[in-house]
Amino acid sequence: MASGKEIRTKIASIKSTQKITRAMEMVAASKMRRAQDRMRKSRPYANKIRKVIGHLAHAHPEYRHTYMIPRDNVKRVGVIIVSSDRGLCGGLNSNLFKATLNKMKEWRNQNIDIQLCTIGNKASAFFKRFGGNITAQAAQLGDTPQLEDLIGTVKVMLDDYQAGKIDQLFVIYNHFINTMSQAPQVQQLLPIQAEELDDKLKHHWDYLYEPEAQTVLDGLLMRYVESLVYQAVVENLACEQAARMVAMKSASDNAGDIIGDLQLAYNKARQASITQELSEIVAGAAAV
Amino acid sequence: MAMTVHVDIVSAEAEIYSGLAELVLAPASEGEVGILPRHAPFLSQLKPGTVHLKLSGDHEESFYVSGGMLEVQPHVVTILADTAVRAHDIDEAAAVEAKTRAEKLLSDSNAAFDYTRAQVELAEAMAQLQTLQRFRSKIRK
Repeated sequence: MASGKEIRTKIASIKSTQKITRAMEMVAASKMRRAQDRMRKSRPYANKIRKVIGHLAHAHPEYRHTYMIPRDNVKRVGVIIVSSDRGLCGGLNSNLFKATLNKMKEWRNQNIDIQLCTIGNKASAFFKRFGGNITAQAAQLGDTPQLEDLIGTVKVMLDDYQAGKIDQLFVIYNHFINTMSQAPQVQQLLPIQAEELDDKLKHHWDYLYEPEAQTVLDGLLMRYVESLVYQAVVENLACEQAARMVAMKSASDNAGDIIGDLQLAYNKARQASITQELSEIVAGAAAV
Repeated sequence: MAMTVHVDIVSAEAEIYSGLAELVLAPASEGEVGILPRHAPFLSQLKPGTVHLKLSGDHEESFYVSGGMLEVQPHVVTILADTAVRAHDIDEAAAVEAKTRAEKLLSDSNAAFDYTRAQVELAEAMAQLQTLQRFRSKIRK
């Protein structure tokens, strides 16, 4: 059995680990609240722009944008993978990568090439090691991601789509269900899938465009894709904080369990040594 | 009572305004436009400028937008305001930057890659140390 002193140092070291995990848990909890807030705030824009795109898809513009026309022959797809910058958040990123690899396998089986764009350090590191064709990358977005940080990354993929280098564009991110559960989600960005509309707008009509249809649609559709990616990033951030909070909570609980066990072992060892000492003294006295 | 139109002003990072207005003045790319209720469907880009809303009862509201999009349906006006400064060459520069970051990531072998390898090596060293410790404590007994 380990000696008393050894167990004491072990208990002390686990206690300091527990202090760290507990602090991280509390930090993650407060950051999660803010991230959820941001997620909620970005929703109206996404909803509104989706509605406008829905109207647009059912209008009869003189100019149909390439982003809205599905291509028959898909040879190459673009994937934007949204991950976290830092680890210690449970299985969040590995689940995401597992889902991504499954999807990539599906595409490979259909002989479709894949082009990646990674957001967040974890995805960059993973797909670099795994070997993927990464064409654009963004990382260190921090706790308050700005749309500006994503414009460049998204534009690379949009340009490739326009140039015919990729035929479909997807984004993969963690969907925030609630604090305890997050699920990887694959969403198609391009070509744009319009929602069904109410009958009111089904008759023949078109917008008045200013300056002209092409410029306006370019700007609108670009913003639409960007807003979807932005929302994915914000949602992934909320997921990251929630997952970290849960992971750190269970780490603190585990540390508590281990400390309890060690304390018991320490007490037993102490008692044993006292008993032994006593019996030695008694035996010694008897011998004299 | 005058007719009103529902106005939503949103940016990617927050909802700015949602409510009824009698008149919307917005800085469209070809010049200021005034939108009254039951306007024909209209889609335009916005320049940086101020959006004025005339609310019922002589109230007015103004918002600054740094560009964006304006959509008009007969009973709904939607303004999608930009939060970022947008210009073709700025976007282009950002795209180039994103590409170079990816290239750097792939060519730079001592950035993220070494980090993961260091983690693996650390884990190995820890395992070795642990076995060593176990071995030592066995000998002592």
